[in-house]
Amino acid sequence: MSRLKDPEIRQLEQNPEPRVFLTEEEDELGGKRMVLNMGPQHPATHGTLRVVLVTEGERVVEADCEIGYLHTGFEKLGEYMTYTQFITVTDRMNYLSAINNNVGYALACEELLGIEVPERAQVLRVLLCEISRIADHILCCGLQAMDLGAFSAMLWCFEEREKIYDIMELVCGARLTTSYTRIGGLFRDVPEEFDGKVNQLLKGMPGVLDELETMLIGNRIFEDRLHGIGVIKKEEALNWGMSGPIARASGLAYDVRKSRPYSGYENYDFDVPTQTAGDSWARFVQRMAEMRESLKIIQQALAKLKPGPINVENKKMNLPEKADVYQNIESLIHHFKQIMLGHGVQPVRGTEIYTPTEAPNGELGFYIVSDGEMNPYRVRVRPPSIYNYAMFTQLTPGCMISDIVAILSSLNVIAGELDR
Amino acid sequence: MPEFFLPLLTPILVFGAIMSLVPMLVLGERRIAAAIQDRVGPNRVGPNGLFQPLADVVKLLFKEEIVPAGVDKWMYFLAPALAFLPAAFAFTTIPVGRGVQIADLNMGVLFAITVTSLGVYGISLGGWSSNNKFALLGGLRSNAQVISYEICMGLALIGVLMVSNFFYDVEAGQTAAVVSSGGIVELQSGSIFNWNIFKQPLGFLIFYIAAFAENNRLPFDLPECEAELVGGFHTEYSSMKFAMFFLGEYIAMVTMSALTVTLYLGGWDPGFSLPEGFLGTLISIGAFVVKVLILLFIYIWVRWTLPRFRYDQLMGLGWKVLIPLALFNIFITAVVCLLMG
Repeated sequence: MSRLKDPEIRQLEQNPEPRVFLTEEEDELGGKRMVLNMGPQHPATHGTLRVVLVTEGERVVEADCEIGYLHTGFEKLGEYMTYTQFITVTDRMNYLSAINNNVGYALACEELLGIEVPERAQVLRVLLCEISRIADHILCCGLQAMDLGAFSAMLWCFEEREKIYDIMELVCGARLTTSYTRIGGLFRDVPEEFDGKVNQLLKGMPGVLDELETMLIGNRIFEDRLHGIGVIKKEEALNWGMSGPIARASGLAYDVRKSRPYSGYENYDFDVPTQTAGDSWARFVQRMAEMRESLKIIQQALAKLKPGPINVENKKMNLPEKADVYQNIESLIHHFKQIMLGHGVQPVRGTEIYTPTEAPNGELGFYIVSDGEMNPYRVRVRPPSIYNYAMFTQLTPGCMISDIVAILSSLNVIAGELDR
Repeated sequence: MPEFFLPLLTPILVFGAIMSLVPMLVLGERRIAAAIQDRVGPNRVGPNGLFQPLADVVKLLFKEEIVPAGVDKWMYFLAPALAFLPAAFAFTTIPVGRGVQIADLNMGVLFAITVTSLGVYGISLGGWSSNNKFALLGGLRSNAQVISYEICMGLALIGVLMVSNFFYDVEAGQTAAVVSSGGIVELQSGSIFNWNIFKQPLGFLIFYIAAFAENNRLPFDLPECEAELVGGFHTEYSSMKFAMFFLGEYIAMVTMSALTVTLYLGGWDPGFSLPEGFLGTLISIGAFVVKVLILLFIYIWVRWTLPRFRYDQLMGLGWKVLIPLALFNIFITAVVCLLMG
């Protein structure tokens, strides 16, 4: 029976009954159990999530999640924007590593159109993706420490993230919402100081990671708080469709950069570190290890960065230079065709594509269907966070209230990615 | 000056000093935290941010007083006062300098310990009365924590009393027990090696850890625990009532540091023999203040370095590690005293 015809579901949709967490015997006055409402505004949710806990004293009996507090309608927006306009929307999905989203979306569009971006653009994309991955991971590690009370470690991480955002600002003028990619290349080339800045980052970063490790990994309290908390087994990670550092911390060596290389990732020498424990501790260690791998990739990418074009030559794909538009009738026509309604990038009617990329949180996929118009017929995003968060309610029974915080921060749920 | 003013002078001076130390301590904490976190810290108000505490106080005083619906009014208003007063009371028995003590009770140490543990009433009543589940959990945690760590503290204290009385017996040939804080400091004076920290190193460690727990400071700040309980017991407090909790916490820190100094670090004894008269008293007060400041610095340093325990781990540490260790400490002390005496 289809979902729409099921009378029970229809009734629920029309008249949803509030969920009852406690029966009358167990209610608060009975003194046995308590319902604790964490969020949507709570320091541990780092965004707007809502977790309802049923507790017996400090111990959690049951947890229920509610998402949708940051619902933005990104996917629906995709149907009303041109292919290029949607790039700005992808920034807002995982706002901690916007470049990775930009690249993921641009790659999907390029595969749909069947174009290959020039070498320099590919290398730059890899370089910036990895820098942004470090920014995402280091913030996640810092927040994990902050949720356990080590506030200073978080601020150290924030400082490093600010340095990375300085590089982003240098490259594209924005710190958080980068919108750096274009279909068929990049928004603009990097300035001269870029190499120096990245080298500075490469030099400083290992020291910072070492410092964090001595401060946190060598700390007995930190270790005790995370060991055995929120254990995700390898099979569970597979069954729930988890990806990224969370799956790898459970021993699942799945990395899109290796299994389906894009932007020339096959030419870089890097490992995919994995852990076996699958608990919050393993996830912390996993992210630390991944940052070191990212540094390796950045180093190689910087060596590969040769001068060259950063956009495809195809004038139907990218905007001509502004000076040309004013001087040259050809360029003016191209500009007009790109910008005006009913023109622009128009893939062949009926083509569809699913392109996965490795975002900091896991597999980020874009599924795009074209109907030959200037807007996509459908943009479906496969964000890592919702799959990583799906198992949360299964992880919580039996743990303490403090562990909820430790699990939440180790899953690194980005609310913007959860509710598209 | 008439004679009866003199006994009044010491309390006024001592309490005045504490009350003015606390705002400076808050500023100090913020500046030290900033230094640890590679920041600058508050430096806008006055020269080098020195008047920041004044600005803070003014801000807190003028904030809107919000009393949430459904609170237990009596307890809700009583709690901040209860959190603030006991810590200040406990200071009465602490000798801040040679002969400078508000009241040298003959069981001063016991009085101090008893009164500081009253501070938990403020926290648990505040958590209980504010009609908020997070606050309630904070209050409950505080209760459990203070009860367990009080025991460690008391057991560690027994070691000090044993050592003090042992030497007291030997040196002075007296049999009366010394439980007054003045007496304990007196026995530690003269040389740095007379300090109880050298006679009771394990006891000192246990006492100091328990003092952290007693003050709800990180790594034992479970009652407020901003990551999971939002603000813990003071979630629903605002304006001056919040400031009272804040003040109480910092005074409790000062009192606990002073008590630790009195019991283990020789109190006002600077480590060399003091000159007679007023100068000697001044030097002794200086030595006491410096020691207390060092301990307060350690409080702040630890707070901005360590993560916090989980509730069950905290209890485990208290009951399974510290209490057996404290008992072991008493046993060793007894054996050594027996062998030496």
